[in-house]
Amino acid sequence: MSQYLLTICYLIGSITFILGLKMLSNPASARKGNLLAAAGMSIAIFGTIFLYKDIETGEYLHNYTWIFGGLLIGAIIGTLAAKKVKMTAMPEMVSLFNGMGGACAALISLVEFNHLSKEMLSNPNPLFIPHEQTKVLIIVIGLIIGSVSFAGSMIAWGKLNGKVKDMSFTGQNILNLLMLAAAIGCATFLVMHPEQSMLLYVILALSLIYGIFFVMPIGGADMPVVISLLNSFTGVAAACGGFLYDNKVMLTGGILVGAAGTLLTILMCKAMNRSLKNVLIGSFGGGAKAGVAGSLGGAQGHHKEISLSDTAMVMTYANKVMIVPGYGLAVAQAQHACHELEKILTEKGVEVKYAIHPVAGRMPGHMNVLLAEADVSYDHLLEMEQANDEFATTDVVFILGANDVVNPAAKSDPASPIYGMPILNVELAKTVIVNKRSMKPGYAGIENDLFFRPKTSMLFGDAKKVLQDLCTEIKNS
Amino acid sequence: MEQALHFIQENQQIIYTVILMIFVGIEIIEKVPSVLHTPLMSGANAIHGVVIIGAIIVMGKAEQDNYLALALGFLAVLLGTLNVVGGFVVTDRMLEMFKKKK
Repeated sequence: MSQYLLTICYLIGSITFILGLKMLSNPASARKGNLLAAAGMSIAIFGTIFLYKDIETGEYLHNYTWIFGGLLIGAIIGTLAAKKVKMTAMPEMVSLFNGMGGACAALISLVEFNHLSKEMLSNPNPLFIPHEQTKVLIIVIGLIIGSVSFAGSMIAWGKLNGKVKDMSFTGQNILNLLMLAAAIGCATFLVMHPEQSMLLYVILALSLIYGIFFVMPIGGADMPVVISLLNSFTGVAAACGGFLYDNKVMLTGGILVGAAGTLLTILMCKAMNRSLKNVLIGSFGGGAKAGVAGSLGGAQGHHKEISLSDTAMVMTYANKVMIVPGYGLAVAQAQHACHELEKILTEKGVEVKYAIHPVAGRMPGHMNVLLAEADVSYDHLLEMEQANDEFATTDVVFILGANDVVNPAAKSDPASPIYGMPILNVELAKTVIVNKRSMKPGYAGIENDLFFRPKTSMLFGDAKKVLQDLCTEIKNS
Repeated sequence: MEQALHFIQENQQIIYTVILMIFVGIEIIEKVPSVLHTPLMSGANAIHGVVIIGAIIVMGKAEQDNYLALALGFLAVLLGTLNVVGGFVVTDRMLEMFKKKK
């Protein structure tokens, strides 16, 4: 009886995952979709704890103290961490949680392999071997993908919160590929000769190091792509577990995320005009350096500065102001101040809109989340195509800490590493005011010609402070 | 060759599930507006936390005296829970801010 109930639990779980992901694709139903998937997950988890029977022994699970201990501690830490994290730190939180999932999958593989190799020692029946080999194969795949995902996510997390710096050396790509090849070679050997159990740890070490080296040289601009990719990796690792236990909910959930995550990754790559292969072998570092060297010569020139009061005046007398938010806004936590400015300008009869580039910030949708936190209305956020249509009728474009997404080199300079990336055509507007902390180049590490153009004025300073001062200035005028 | 064919024959149900799920996953993601990319990624991240079920099975099957399996299994349950609970809570927090305002 309990078996049937468990099957129903898993069925419900799988359906809620599909429906949940589908509902997540619509702003109106997204929150419900997330809760639905969470409910389905709970049903699947508790169904497993109380209804699962071992196929071989027919016994229920035991070690309840350990299971509930782990669940309780994990739930408390997870909730606290997720509740406490600042909106700007969300991407690194996703990366961290993703790493936990990867580690979980790798640990399962370790334990299951030990279990299996013991079984094989006690029961050396040759007829048994093909079946066992399939298991070993699945275990090893789960181990490799899980460990790469774990190590990579940890590095991505460290990079996003500034603890880990970019690092690359010549021949790193080749070394990476060699390491991956070595891991796959060891894995193949292990499947052929499952008794060489020590090899499993060699594979583990190789995968972990590969995960680290794989993310290490990739610049922050590519981090969203990497996190999305690692996210789908963990999905596949979870599916391996489903294969191993013939567990349908793990299989469907894992593959679902694996497929969806891969598509999302490709969409992001397209928006940044990079091929996935390019990101995967981590050649961005080298390319960017060449780009810096190439553009440094030509792009130097004079930029002109604008004062706060002048900015206030230009904006007050404008008909339409378009705000282009970027990572600088997120770092300065300036979303509330930004909304404040929007309100004050609207009161003065100025039309204010936001132009959101798909890869502005550190993750697609990052800016939307941030601005939504500050109660900025949905209708005021324009996607890139809409915004590009409206720039021609815009008087003032106010760029807040965005850089690469407005760099004209993406259109004009074939030598630039971001050449071909769609950008916001801010130059169509009458005036461009750029708020930055300094003249330092943006994430892709390349100079931005826009700052030296005659239409552009620079307003230096921390985004939050500048916005607050601007609000006071406009109010008093 | 024979082994591979045997493998497909043995696991055809799983292979069918995998193929169909790949299409479902791609199909439902396709219509997502870019606004929801971050919450979507985060939601998907929580869903692959389903790996915790494997961790629970590992933990629940471990012999009482196999301390290595117990310790690793416990760690797996803990990390898996972090993935699931943290993932769903973070996603909910993001989506909370997308409430339509009138």
